[in-house]
Amino acid sequence: MTDTNSPANSGSRANAEVWITGIGLATSLGEGLDATWDALGERRVHVDEKTFAPYIVHPWAAVNLDTQIPKKGDQRQMEAWQRIGTYAAGLALDSAGVKGNKEILGRMDMVVAAGGGERDIALDVAILNDEAKGNSAPGFLNERLMNGLRPTLFLAQLSNLLAGNIAIVHGVTGSSRTFMGEEAAGVDAIRIALARIAAGQSDIALVGGSQNGERKDLLVLYEFGDCNLKNEYAPVWARDKRSGFALGSAGAFLVIESRAHAEARGAKPFARLTNVVADLARRKEPGQIKAALKSLWSKLGVRGQQGAIITGATGVEPVTSEERAFLAEHRDFPVRATGTMFGHTMETQFPLGLALAALTLSRGALFPANDPTGFEVEMTSAPTQIVVIGAGHWQGEGMALVEAIS
Amino acid sequence: MTAPRDKFGRPVVVVTGMGVVTSLGAGKADNWKKLTAGESGIRTITRFPTEGLKTTMAGTVDFVKVEPFSSTDLSERLADMAAEEAIAQSGIGGRGDFPGPLFLAVAPVEVEWPQRLELGHATSATEFNYDDLLRVSGGGRFNPYHRRFLFGSVAGHLAETFGTKGSPISLSTACASGASAIQLGVEAIRRGEADAALCVATDGSVNPEALIRFSLLSALSTQNEPPQAAVRPFSKNRDGFVMAEGAGALVLESYEAAQARGARILGVLAGCGELADSFHRTRSSPDGKPIIGCVRNALADAGLAAEEIDYINAHGTGTPENDKMEYLGISSVFGDLAQKIPVSSNKSMVGHTLSAAGAVEAVFSLLTLEHQRIPPTINYDVPDPAIPFDVVPNQARDARVTAVMSNSFGFGGQNASLILTREPVE
Repeated sequence: MTDTNSPANSGSRANAEVWITGIGLATSLGEGLDATWDALGERRVHVDEKTFAPYIVHPWAAVNLDTQIPKKGDQRQMEAWQRIGTYAAGLALDSAGVKGNKEILGRMDMVVAAGGGERDIALDVAILNDEAKGNSAPGFLNERLMNGLRPTLFLAQLSNLLAGNIAIVHGVTGSSRTFMGEEAAGVDAIRIALARIAAGQSDIALVGGSQNGERKDLLVLYEFGDCNLKNEYAPVWARDKRSGFALGSAGAFLVIESRAHAEARGAKPFARLTNVVADLARRKEPGQIKAALKSLWSKLGVRGQQGAIITGATGVEPVTSEERAFLAEHRDFPVRATGTMFGHTMETQFPLGLALAALTLSRGALFPANDPTGFEVEMTSAPTQIVVIGAGHWQGEGMALVEAIS
Repeated sequence: MTAPRDKFGRPVVVVTGMGVVTSLGAGKADNWKKLTAGESGIRTITRFPTEGLKTTMAGTVDFVKVEPFSSTDLSERLADMAAEEAIAQSGIGGRGDFPGPLFLAVAPVEVEWPQRLELGHATSATEFNYDDLLRVSGGGRFNPYHRRFLFGSVAGHLAETFGTKGSPISLSTACASGASAIQLGVEAIRRGEADAALCVATDGSVNPEALIRFSLLSALSTQNEPPQAAVRPFSKNRDGFVMAEGAGALVLESYEAAQARGARILGVLAGCGELADSFHRTRSSPDGKPIIGCVRNALADAGLAAEEIDYINAHGTGTPENDKMEYLGISSVFGDLAQKIPVSSNKSMVGHTLSAAGAVEAVFSLLTLEHQRIPPTINYDVPDPAIPFDVVPNQARDARVTAVMSNSFGFGGQNASLILTREPVE
């Protein structure tokens, strides 16, 4: 059939090759690809053990926000997580060479993996204190919230308003979808964006996420599950005696597009995004997570024995030990755990892993191991394929295959 | 036999099961009866004290009890009910073994005030700071709240209960979420990834802070008495939307798969359109271009011309801004037809079910197709001359309806439109 009468998302082009043509990173290790690459090469880790003690976070490396979010009014309308994400999204658009290209941005898909924004914790704790002192009249909470909440704070907290801010600041408007659900949201955001392009339902997409990990309200939520790493920083593979994650702040976005679309506009690829697979394993019995990872690997399309693995392993148990047991069966694929360097960035961890995989393939070498336990080993040859793994701290498992373009 | 592919060569996506819960009641039968009778589900809030609030009514689902209350628990219950009804009607799969993925529209999740107060009490102090709260959070005492207040918890529960396949997607496109969940299901079937998809949208958000958040943005109606008359879409005296709760669920299948198992076809998901607005966080672009583009995208995706649409299920929130922009958008695309095509707002009766609205209204659109009867826009006593829609005022109307457009627009520049039609005639 011809394309002349079909709508943009006709789905008539099966299995188009998809390239990663833009990467935007703004993390605790700095902004941009060179700074990130240098930091990884130097095995640098940026942690703060004091501000939230006994909890440990990987704080965001401050940037000049004006370079990606020029209007101060826009910056003021956002909470930190939105500023981080909008900034990283701008870097990705710059990297792909589409920033300001209204024709492309107007039909560009956007899939964002998001949590929510920070609460006004000063207000929360003031209300709780008053209540503890016996102030429990009907309407007490109403009165405090009506008078205490900043009206626009809601918009800085709403999950879909990261995408909303990216649309406002950068003009990405082809579509706007926000996925929630911790680590799995990041996997599914990439999976759906890839599926749409591969099937011809779309040509180009901006996809990624952001987190501000420097938040006491987030620490409370994860402390409910005893998920936070406490007292002292340790690399992910060295947490066997003290499990948990150190929250990290990061924005990670990718521009992905069909090869035909990239070539038509003369865009250079970092790597090929070949496949993304995901599942929701039952986690009732020991071994179920490992079995799920095995099954995903078998569906991924890994070719031969030359490759590396970049994992978002959290450090939370039992999932980390099961993943480690799975990885031990692929010892020919050197492993890097992003949680060691970047902390756990939740929805953003999988997009971050993909960004690092694409960067690695474009630089032709895997960054050094950063692991005193020796589980991570050096890789001397240039990887041609990287498997990115995201097994959620509580549910959801995903994998992506990223390949070098020779 | 009809070709199971549409004019663009894609698998035709049909609906074989529907479920709905709103403030009017549980299930399609009860809802349809009350909806076509012009009944309102809006009532004075009794769930929590309303002292000091400007808005004291909502479309709460009070007949579903959740103790202790949390919006996330209620959302989960409502989603369960709607999904169960939809799957039962469809007759697909075995019990707890739905043969396809789950797409869930759900409100953003966070720890709520009852749990936060519990945490405060756990400090056993009358003077404490946030670090003290953190100190009592761990150790297993509040362990169930970890899972409960993660964003993926409702989807995880539904996936386990109904046995959906693969990684369930929880999504938010604000007040367009329900439509987006359906769109994701349609796309998955068109790609050939799945023969069936379970699309659910749910919202149980009527709690003090959620209401106050909307109130502080001046988005809510304050016409509290009588509550049934508060939502006045397209009326000159409309003054805001009314928060409401509910859930909608659709079982989508490829036409081929549905025919193969002899399923009853309830309607066709003929087209989906979307386009984001980059103008403002809560307001539409004054030129209406994103809404116009969204509506046009839906028509193009369905391969239909504007004149082939014979009913529009409006977003119709009853806010001054939305209804004006919706008229601008529809009239720009439909021209003179915009004054002839019936355009009614279910929200005049069930309120704004927020994350659930797109799916709840898709169910009502399909019931409109099935019964050939258009639910009214109630509380329409003072027409707004700037919005000369045929709003099907106050009384349901029998009509020949073969194709419905259902619109959803949300904060953050979210626009989504669905087009639903009857089963293809063989």
